[in-house]
Amino acid sequence: MDYLQLFLELAQSTVRLSTPLILAALAGLFTERAGVFDIGLEGKMLGGAFAAGCVAFVAQSAMAGLLAAVVVSVLLSLVHGYASITQRGNQIVSGVAINFIVAGSTVILGEAWFRQGGRTPALSEGARFQVIDLPFAEELRGIPLLGPIYADLISGHQALTYIAFLMVPASWWILYRTRFGLRLRAVGENPGAVDTAGISVIWMRYRAVICCGILCGIAGAYLSLAANAGWTKGMTAGKGYIALAALIFAKWRPVPVMFACLLFGFLDAFAIRYQSTPLPLIGKVPVQLMQALPYILTVILLAGFIGKAIPPKAGGVPYVKER
Amino acid sequence: MDELAIELKGIDKSFGLVHANKDINLKVRKGTIHGIIGENGAGKSTLMSILYGFYQADRGEILVDGRAIDIRDPNTAITAGIGMVHQHFMLVENFTVLENVMLGAEESWILNAGISRARAELKRLEKEYALDVNPDAVIEELPVGLQQRVEILKALYRRADILILDEPTGVLTPAEADHLFRILEQLKAQGKTIILITHKLREIMAITDEVSVMRRGEMVATRETAKTSVEELAELMVGRRVLLRVEKGEAHPGEVKLSVKNLTVRDSRGVTMVDDVSFDLHAGEIVGIAGVAGNGQSELLEAISGIRRAVSGKVHLGGEAIDVTGHADPAELRWRGLAHVPEDRHHVGLVLKFEESENAILGYHDDPKYRKGFVLDIDAIRADAEANIQKYDIRPPNARLKTANFSGGNQQKIVLAREMERDPDVLIIGQPTRGVDVGAIEFIHKRIIEMRDQGKAVLLVSVELDEIRALSDRILVMFAGRVVGERKPDASEGDLGLLMAGVEGPKEAAE
Repeated sequence: MDYLQLFLELAQSTVRLSTPLILAALAGLFTERAGVFDIGLEGKMLGGAFAAGCVAFVAQSAMAGLLAAVVVSVLLSLVHGYASITQRGNQIVSGVAINFIVAGSTVILGEAWFRQGGRTPALSEGARFQVIDLPFAEELRGIPLLGPIYADLISGHQALTYIAFLMVPASWWILYRTRFGLRLRAVGENPGAVDTAGISVIWMRYRAVICCGILCGIAGAYLSLAANAGWTKGMTAGKGYIALAALIFAKWRPVPVMFACLLFGFLDAFAIRYQSTPLPLIGKVPVQLMQALPYILTVILLAGFIGKAIPPKAGGVPYVKER
Repeated sequence: MDELAIELKGIDKSFGLVHANKDINLKVRKGTIHGIIGENGAGKSTLMSILYGFYQADRGEILVDGRAIDIRDPNTAITAGIGMVHQHFMLVENFTVLENVMLGAEESWILNAGISRARAELKRLEKEYALDVNPDAVIEELPVGLQQRVEILKALYRRADILILDEPTGVLTPAEADHLFRILEQLKAQGKTIILITHKLREIMAITDEVSVMRRGEMVATRETAKTSVEELAELMVGRRVLLRVEKGEAHPGEVKLSVKNLTVRDSRGVTMVDDVSFDLHAGEIVGIAGVAGNGQSELLEAISGIRRAVSGKVHLGGEAIDVTGHADPAELRWRGLAHVPEDRHHVGLVLKFEESENAILGYHDDPKYRKGFVLDIDAIRADAEANIQKYDIRPPNARLKTANFSGGNQQKIVLAREMERDPDVLIIGQPTRGVDVGAIEFIHKRIIEMRDQGKAVLLVSVELDEIRALSDRILVMFAGRVVGERKPDASEGDLGLLMAGVEGPKEAAE
């Protein structure tokens, strides 16, 4: 039972750490399948987390915080959309700019409003998302193997985690089974085909960018209202980039995105769990190396272990009617 | 059947300084196949893109079935019953046939409902027009001919009554093209109106009821196909221009400088563009290659100059082989005495954002005389550039000006100066005077003849028949990738026109 306990502990923190990655990677999936590359996932998440922390504290409501996160993140997406779709600017530059603007301005605003040194005030229980215990979790705990898995792994997360995992099949369905999804995928592959079919390329891409904003906002709210009790400066800590890596690793497909995020989440969980415990054969590993592990693996995986990841053909290219 | 499906009145369109369509009028009768013919760049595709709402005309009116319609986007055109098969297919390559056909016409926001209907409708269209293609095949795995069929199906699925086909046979094999024509006949029999854009006279004669000719953005004539001839159309297409006579003495051809044997070149889609071409080019002569644009002249030049890899064949430069099927290197060929003035100076010949002097050494930048240790010897480069500016009367005479700021004629002189002043043995020139003003044309022609008189071998490609006739000592005519005839420069325009139209070519003889 010791091993089961160990497994459950690791698995549960894997799920927790994967949640924001899944939301952010799915956000990236929507814009990038529509042909707008978005390196600004990080900034949108951070902006969302900050807005959630502020509003949840003032309104003492997690839902208000979530809403604020989504609004701010969508607004940031629209800035990216305006720069890269309407003005046909460079999508990477626009995304990087958003990351920097958010990283700086949140600190300034946070300090000006709350004066707590790069954080929003700690949130009380009522202003955060609460852990949800699924029905019969305690009653079923007695069943060998399946009981504890149900009670400790499947039950006992916040609502946003369930939303993140439900978004995976939902995204798949939207992308492959709806008119919106068909057009979205088409606009990322050959906008000319979409244009000549009588559909507005610009409007399609804006809608994709808005979807991205919504999901990034939820990811941000998860960070400050569920995983933590408030916003702290730079709390995304590269998760937006890891989500991008997961997206490429998954070749821009929703279900593989989930598995890629779970893998990165697991590496993170593993690093945290074992950062001071000696490992068999290797002995004690420096903390820094453990913390770097997910990133090292990202490089290795992306460098050669996934085969050829072909991005959407029109990705990164502003649409101009050819002449 | 005198009802009009389409009527265009005074359509006018400019892109910046390029006047693509000048006051175009066109009437297309219902239930006919109407050809629009003209050379590349005559404005055919622009006109059709306006009709399909892809571009907006600056002026003019469009009537569909007698009603004036303001076609602002493709959606309006589709609703009005117009469908278009683009020259470069507008298909999503990793989608299935079914998904491509449905895109934009899905019926409801959930796909499933539409899918079964689309399947049934595709099956019906397949039967009715013999357009069979597997609806679940992925586009990128289909041959080009079938991809085109999907484009036609897309238009029919949207209930198009008027079908525009833009250069549909450019990417097809002859067998596929014949199949396409049978489909078009079938569509016509069902009452559809078809507009066929092409620069191939053979197709016009084979299938159209009426034909309109465009030249340099203008609609120059409309004829009933049965009452016109290839000769007349060829003349209308190319047009009679002011004859530019150049003083030119007898040629004194010397030894063979460039020999081309059985050269075959395919384009990126695998279509044969140069088909088993052989000829010799002697010192002290100008050989002109005539032909309607798009018959393989460009690819021939590119293969000889090492830009495009040939499939088979041999090319010798001054007796030594050029590895045209392998690793022919344009830079190396330059050192071996083959200078190349590319057809498209903007994309291949110049970097428009560079200074004049930088462009003046493009491709010759490795020359030790422009080097000072590890860095470029800017003074030497500018000195040479300024000498060329003097000699070629390039205006404004400023070697430090950005190349984009020179006029077309002066840009062309920059390229010519660069290539001619290196004293090459063989000079390959594509479209020497395209977009060049009259004054510069005379100068350029004189320089080309001077090169010949100095004993250089000159290979000249131009779509301007007058230019070919004025400069060449021998004329080779290319049609459909083959050299279909050789003529003296005093051959009649009609004779050359027929050759250019492929009428006396081997393909026509077989039919």
